[in-house]
Amino acid sequence: MSSKHVSLTQTPLEKTWVPWMKNRLSKRRGSSVPQFTNSPTMIVMVGLPARGKTYISKKLTRYLNWIGVTTKVFNVGQYRRDATKTYNSFEFFRPDNSEAMKIRRACAISALKDVCEYFTRGMGQVAVFDATNTTPDRRDLIFSFAKENGYKVFFVESICDDPEIIEENIKQVKLSSPDYVDCDKEEAVEDFLKRIECYKQNYVPLDDHKDRSLSYIKIFNVGSRYLVNCVQDHIQSRIVYYLMNIHVTPRSIYLSRHGESELNLQGRIGGDSGLSQRGNKYAHALGQYMSGQNIKDLKVWTSHMKRTIQTAEALGVAYEQWKALNEIDAGVCEEMTYEAIQEHHPEEFALRDQDKYRYRYPKGESYEDLVHRLEPVIMELERQENVLVICHQAVMRCLLAYFLDKSAHELPYLKCPLHTVLKLTPVAYGCKVESIYLNIEAVNTHRERPENVEVDRDPEEALETVPDHV
Amino acid sequence: MLDKDVSELGPRELTQNPLRKIWMPRAANGLIQRPITQRRVCMTNCPTLIVTVGLPARGKTYISKKLTRYLNWIGVPTKVFNVGQYRRECLKIYKSFEFFRPDNEEGLKIRRQCATTALNDVRQYLSVEGGQVAVFDATNTTRDRRATILKFAEQNGFKVFFVESVCEDPDVIAENIVQVKLDSPDYVHANSEEAIEDFMKRIKCYESSYQPLDETLDKDLSYIKVMDKGRRYLVNRVLDHVQSRIVYYLMNIHIAPRSIYLSRHGESHLNIKGRIGGDSGLSERGKEYASHLRKFIQEQDIKDLKVWTSQMKRTIQTAECLGVPYEQWKALNEIDAGVCEEMMYEEIQENFPLEFAMRDQDKYRYRYPKGESYEDLVQRLEPVIMELERQENVLVICHQAVMRCLLAYFLDKTADELPYLKCPLHTVLKLTPVAYGCKVESMCLGVDSVNTHRDRPVNVMAQRSTEDALQTVPAHY
Repeated sequence: MSSKHVSLTQTPLEKTWVPWMKNRLSKRRGSSVPQFTNSPTMIVMVGLPARGKTYISKKLTRYLNWIGVTTKVFNVGQYRRDATKTYNSFEFFRPDNSEAMKIRRACAISALKDVCEYFTRGMGQVAVFDATNTTPDRRDLIFSFAKENGYKVFFVESICDDPEIIEENIKQVKLSSPDYVDCDKEEAVEDFLKRIECYKQNYVPLDDHKDRSLSYIKIFNVGSRYLVNCVQDHIQSRIVYYLMNIHVTPRSIYLSRHGESELNLQGRIGGDSGLSQRGNKYAHALGQYMSGQNIKDLKVWTSHMKRTIQTAEALGVAYEQWKALNEIDAGVCEEMTYEAIQEHHPEEFALRDQDKYRYRYPKGESYEDLVHRLEPVIMELERQENVLVICHQAVMRCLLAYFLDKSAHELPYLKCPLHTVLKLTPVAYGCKVESIYLNIEAVNTHRERPENVEVDRDPEEALETVPDHV
Repeated sequence: MLDKDVSELGPRELTQNPLRKIWMPRAANGLIQRPITQRRVCMTNCPTLIVTVGLPARGKTYISKKLTRYLNWIGVPTKVFNVGQYRRECLKIYKSFEFFRPDNEEGLKIRRQCATTALNDVRQYLSVEGGQVAVFDATNTTRDRRATILKFAEQNGFKVFFVESVCEDPDVIAENIVQVKLDSPDYVHANSEEAIEDFMKRIKCYESSYQPLDETLDKDLSYIKVMDKGRRYLVNRVLDHVQSRIVYYLMNIHIAPRSIYLSRHGESHLNIKGRIGGDSGLSERGKEYASHLRKFIQEQDIKDLKVWTSQMKRTIQTAECLGVPYEQWKALNEIDAGVCEEMMYEEIQENFPLEFAMRDQDKYRYRYPKGESYEDLVQRLEPVIMELERQENVLVICHQAVMRCLLAYFLDKTADELPYLKCPLHTVLKLTPVAYGCKVESMCLGVDSVNTHRDRPVNVMAQRSTEDALQTVPAHY
């Protein structure tokens, strides 16, 4: 092996150093944190109906995609709906219904084929196989399939015997299912409970002894207890940590930017300026609004930057400062107007428009870096209940993208205007958003992607979408 | 909340603490009004008492010490209270396992007394001395003993989290005994065979009365049961952030033998000029070091070595020379010196003498203007440490301040010592876990370089002379 010293070059978009040769030894894919996924992983859900499997599947998928691990859910119930077209009754799920059994098995196999396709062609890293998988037979089928293809398997079993929780689940997500679209509530609940009974007869939970060499987590009663067995690698460890931190207690998360700042008024990005008069008015209006919400035990979080802290100060309550909530570091472009950036760094300005998510400011950060910086904030938000986060435009876009399952592509263009509170409330499988504008004027700081993103574009084209400022 | 008139007064006056660059409100009389909670990683409202549970030689003290080291490193003041230690101080001389026989009334009295004394010290530490977590390291194998502890905690407003270690593997137990029991003060005058025999009988004394944490009887307690050397965990009722972090940490550590190699990048162009930070490439000598490092790695013949670098040119250039795959971590980037980036210490003294002095006053907490502090670095490095715990053989090619933080974690150095740890260029530190700590081997690979280590000068006052300030600046070109 040659000990010649390779010269390095810095990729213009992400500002990462790579060797000047074709087959580089670094496995980098442009992220600030190594991915640590070598073989694809199948997460296999296990549990009776109405135990939160789909809820967990979707939430986990949202989280993994947000941190940069390409993940997709494969819901076998969906395949069944596509195969049978109309749902008649729970009779379909009777264990002695051999016709239906054939269909259901075929659906599972069809879903597994799609998993394979997703890993090979679709460049997926994690697939969540969302079905009851309540028998050892079915789990063996999946495990063999995975082994043949070189996929790792991690089971997530949800066990719950609390009738209240099950009833709540049915109300929240089953009544609105396509299966029950033409039924009245009582009929639907009755049928679904009978459906659950069909599975109970043959349900064999993961066994302490027989399944001791499998990798899995068993979740009991919505998280009061967990059994974790044979975690194999980094991604499984992260999944376990995430699952152990989420909860289903009703609560709301309020996201807001700081009040309008002095630099906002001047159309300058970054910096650490204080609030303008209008920004200060907003801070007080925010205080009144939050008061009116009458929230028990509200936590308030800010960044370490003056403008978010000044905003929180006006609320008159205790707050916590997080350095991780600081605005994206614009490096050499800090405190510049877009016009100045175009004048002094036209190429950088164009590169940013070409791929705003991955673009890293020289000596600064990218949105991708921000997401990794914010991960502990998201983890703590999951643990907490009612929280008001006072932060910044790019930061708020990242947090919002997590809650609303927005792609890396959409994230940098999410609208997060000043003087507007977003109230997020988890509901069913997603998140309800209410946008509350507190009626205090502010400059617009949202810059749309211009039409021409080429490096050789005219200054007018580059500055086409820059919002007005003083 | 506040009324309309106040909103016309303008935004709240803030002042930025000169050392840590944290914004705080300033009251009319110039004093800081209310304590601002900084994001200390552990947001517990009340102190936490971690209680170990398990037969002897199950790794309770190993876990206690390691967990304590981790919590202190991330900024949670934590201390271990080992009841065996109290027993040794009380008894003075250990005779034999007979002391631990369940029918030894005298022995039981003394042991109960020791536990009580230890709990009193726990109370002192958590309620008076500002400790946040106390680790009560003892067997605590009976429900009775645990009930006593729970009552104590309740009376004092402490949360309790049990960590039980269950292990039936005779090989693991034998290995534990060899690693840590033979060197115990209890067996200082015994030969290996006698010691092992006595210790096994000691374990027997506890076995008959051992009541493990029970899924049903103890369902309202908060605990983690570590089974089978960490292949299996049962986690019950995690109450808060610090407990969640403890569980995550315990689930990521392992005891497989391995070594961690820490090295800085080869000497860089800016190093030679005596300038800090920046993103320069390797000097000729730096490149030579990279070659020597390659040879060193090959000679060590390490199984499945992982190589990690930062995202700065100089560490990557160093890794490229090794001819093996490597992973880049942004979190391993050198401390951001903000406005002082690429300056020489002489220039910092000239342009920011006050900053320079403050840094010498409290190097751990000092944050460069528009930059970072060592304290920030530790937070940034926590995921790296977590992954290092998961991994086996790893070579980390990083930077001076970063290496100091990592080293402080492995060698249990305080925040005061951390910024002054010696991490010279062109030297590999090989860390190998052994017994309750870490063995360090320092290997200088024989390539000259500048010295970049700046000791704390004698005079750290803001009004000091330039000479005094630059007293300890190492030579450069």
